Amino acid sequence: MVETTMANDNIAARKAAPSPVTETRPVRVLLITLTIVALLLFLLAPLLAVFAQAFSMGIGPMLATFQDPDAIAAIKLTLLVAAIAVPCNLVFGVAAAWCIAKFRFPGRAMLISLIDLPFSVSPVVAGLVYVLLLGPFTPIGAWFLQDFGVRIIFAVPGVVLATIFVTFPFIARELIPLMQDQGTGDEEAALSLGASGWQTFFYVTLPNVKWALLYGVLLCNARAMGEFGAVAVISGKLRGETVTMPLQIELYYQEFRALAQVSAFTMAAVLACLALVTLLIKTWLEWRYADQLAATRSGH
Amino acid sequence: MAGIRLREASIIPGFRLTFGFTLLYLSLIVLIPIVGLYIKTFELDWDRFVRIVTGPRFMAALQLSFGASLFAALFNVVIGVMIAWVLVRYRFYGRRILDAIVDLPFALPTAVAGIALTALYVPAGWFGQLFSPLGITIAYTPVGIWIALVFIGLPFVVRTVQPVLEDFNREVEEAAATLGATRRTTILRVVLPPLIPAILTGFALAFARAVGEYGSVIFIAGNIPRQTEILPLLIVFRLEERDYAAAAAIAAVMLTLSFVILLLINLLQVWSYRRFGHG
Repeated sequence: MVETTMANDNIAARKAAPSPVTETRPVRVLLITLTIVALLLFLLAPLLAVFAQAFSMGIGPMLATFQDPDAIAAIKLTLLVAAIAVPCNLVFGVAAAWCIAKFRFPGRAMLISLIDLPFSVSPVVAGLVYVLLLGPFTPIGAWFLQDFGVRIIFAVPGVVLATIFVTFPFIARELIPLMQDQGTGDEEAALSLGASGWQTFFYVTLPNVKWALLYGVLLCNARAMGEFGAVAVISGKLRGETVTMPLQIELYYQEFRALAQVSAFTMAAVLACLALVTLLIKTWLEWRYADQLAATRSGH
Repeated sequence: MAGIRLREASIIPGFRLTFGFTLLYLSLIVLIPIVGLYIKTFELDWDRFVRIVTGPRFMAALQLSFGASLFAALFNVVIGVMIAWVLVRYRFYGRRILDAIVDLPFALPTAVAGIALTALYVPAGWFGQLFSPLGITIAYTPVGIWIALVFIGLPFVVRTVQPVLEDFNREVEEAAATLGATRRTTILRVVLPPLIPAILTGFALAFARAVGEYGSVIFIAGNIPRQTEILPLLIVFRLEERDYAAAAAIAAVMLTLSFVILLLINLLQVWSYRRFGHG
C-alpha cells in the first residue's frame, strides 16, 4: 500500500518536472511570442504599410497611376530587362554548374568563390564599375558611341548589364550544390548507353535539377525586377526611357505631391505583389520538392 | 590531349565548352569591371587619394556605414538565432507562414522596403507616432538606418542557422541531460558551440549586405552630410558631380574593406569549425 503511493508520487513528480531536452512551457510560449512579434514588427509591418499607403486615397488615384505614360514605360522596361538578364544568367548558371559539379579540376573552390563575388559588392559599386568601364568618356564607351551610335551607360544596355551583374550568382549557386550531390553516375550511364552529350544533358541532367533551376530563376527574376542601387547609378534616370519600376517609385516619391505619393506606393504595391507571388511559389517548391532542391541553402 | 592534364579524366563531355564559357562570362561581367575600378583609382595621385579617403565627410560616412551595419548584424544574430530556434524546435499554429515571412526581405525590392519603412517610422507613421511623444525620432536619424539594415539582414542569419539546427543530433542533448546537465548548461555548452560557425556565416552575410545596402536605406536616412550619409550614397554624389576618380577611390576603399572583413570572418569560421566541430 505504502509502496503504491510512493510509485504514484514518483509518476506525479516526473510529470511535473520539466523535460530535460526541451524548454519549460513558459519559456517556449515566451520565445514563440517574441518571434511572432519580431517578424510582425520588422518584416510584415513594412509590407502592410505599402498597401495601406497605396489605398490611402481610394482606388481612383491608384488606377490613375497606370494611365501615366512614364509608369507604363517603366513597367515595360522592367519586363524587358528581366527578360534579357534572367536567360543570360540561366545559360551561365547551367554552364558553370556543369563544369564545376561534373568535373574535378584545380581552382574549383576558387571559381565558386568568384561566382559568389557579386553578392559582396554593393549595388552602387556594381553600377559604378560599368560607368567607369563603358561610360561615354572611356575608350570603349566612345568607340561604341562613334562607330555604332550605341550608348551603353545612361541607356538601356547599361541597365541590362547592371541587372545581370547583381543577379549573376542566383541560378549558379542553386544548381552547383545540388549537381555536386547528384554526382556523375546518371550521366555516365546515359553516355555508356550511347546518348550524345546534349541528349544526356536534356534527358538526364535537366530533369534531375528542374525544380532547383526553377527556384533559381524565380529568385533571379525577383531581384532583376526589383534592383535599385545598381540601376540607379547607371540609368541616368531619363523619364520614360531608362527608368525601371523601382526608379519610377523613387521619382514619384520625391515629387511630394499627395497624388505622386499614391503613385509611388501603387508602383511599390505592384512589386510587393510580385514578391508575394515569388514567396508563395518558393514556399510551395520547398514544401513539395524539398528533396530535389539543394540540401543546404543559405539565403539570398 | 597529351602532356599535362588540368583535370581528372572523365567520359562526360562539355568541359572545355562550359569551362570556357563560364570563365569568359565571369571575366566580362564581373572580373574585368572590378579590376577596372582599381585601375581607375590609380589614376589619382597619392595626395589626392589620401585627401579623399581621410576627408571628414568620408570618415563620417565610413563610420556610419560600418558602425550601423555592425550593430544591425549583431542584433540580427540575436533575434535570428531565436527565430531559427523557434521555427525548428517548436510546433505551433502558423509556423509555416512565419517561416515564409522570413524570406520577405529577399523578395521585396529594396526601394519598396525603403519607402515602406520610411512611411512607418516618420513621426506621423504607425510606429513613428508611438515614439514622437517620447521625443524620439527614428526616420532621418542613424536609428532609421539601423532599422533598414536589420530588415534586409535578418533572413541571412535565420537561413544559415536553421539547416544546422535541423540536422542537429538531439541524442547529444539527451546524453547531456542524462549526465545531469541542466537545460541551460546543455544549451550553452552542448547546443550552442556547433552552431557558432553557422552564426558567424550568417553574421558575415548580413554585415556584408548591410555595408553595401543602398535602396532600403536612402529613403529613411535623410542623407544629411556627416550625420546620416552612408558610403554608397557618397559614391553616388561623386558620380553625379562627374568626379569619377573620387567615386572610384571611395568604392575601392569600401570594396577592399568588405573583402578584408569577409576574409577575416572566413578565417574565424575555419578556426571555430576546427575548435567546435559540428553536431
